[in-house]
Amino acid sequence: MVLNCKHVWKEISNYIDGTVPLELRESIEQHLATCRHCAAVLDSTRNILVLVADERTFELPVGYSERLHARLQREMNASEAGT
Amino acid sequence: MRILAGERELFHELVRPYEKSVYFASFSVLQNEHDAEEVAQETVLKALKNLHTFRAESKFSTWLVSIALNEARGRLRHARLIDFDSIDAAPDEETGEFTPAVISDWREVPLEALERKELRELLQAAIQGLPEMYREVLVLRDVQEFSIAEAAATLGVSEGVVKTRLLRARLMMQKELAPKLNTGRGGLSGIFRRRAGGSWF
Repeated sequence: MVLNCKHVWKEISNYIDGTVPLELRESIEQHLATCRHCAAVLDSTRNILVLVADERTFELPVGYSERLHARLQREMNASEAGT
Repeated sequence: MRILAGERELFHELVRPYEKSVYFASFSVLQNEHDAEEVAQETVLKALKNLHTFRAESKFSTWLVSIALNEARGRLRHARLIDFDSIDAAPDEETGEFTPAVISDWREVPLEALERKELRELLQAAIQGLPEMYREVLVLRDVQEFSIAEAAATLGVSEGVVKTRLLRARLMMQKELAPKLNTGRGGLSGIFRRRAGGSWF
């Protein structure tokens, strides 16, 4: 199967997730081997997703966990006191 | 399950592995730290109250995060009822062509570059610029690293819908960020140009 660039873009997310069937995967890889634009689109998308997933990109507010469990504890204590 | 038998203290430990996901799911809808934290707390209290309705065949993580998303959406709807100007039309999932930024080469942006505040802000702004339905799925899958099946169960949509939204979300991110981050020969604005020695710092 010969793919054009638009076909590759449409499958790029599934390709990154490794969920495309083998035959399609091979066709994508053949296209990527000869199309520097699609190879750059794939590399940039993958790179951006790696950056997004890093825990430095999105940090929890300082003290979030402590406040969450303190509120949960207050709720449990009030609930027990009420029963 | 011991918790169902009344040992509610264990609930703290049950929630702990997922408290981060609860916060980021809420934040993906509300885009405000204070509101996201309030919704995260309300989510956990609601889960405690409704634990008896949790069905063991579903995952606790997807059940908990779906409560967070519903709570956050409810709060957003309420805010929009008050502020009519903020209503924006939901994008049509079936139409519209999504294309990436076509670049001729890509030089890897290393993880160490995240030490730079400008890069973190650029990534955060790109996610915040996504329409809500795409932001939610990107945060679940690519920030919280849920599987496609878990994201589908959490959002209450099919895996096919998750994949379609994810494709568009990822291409929108690439389209927004690749021209700004590309330091290769084809780079446009290149705000993160390397120094002469090739270092990011």
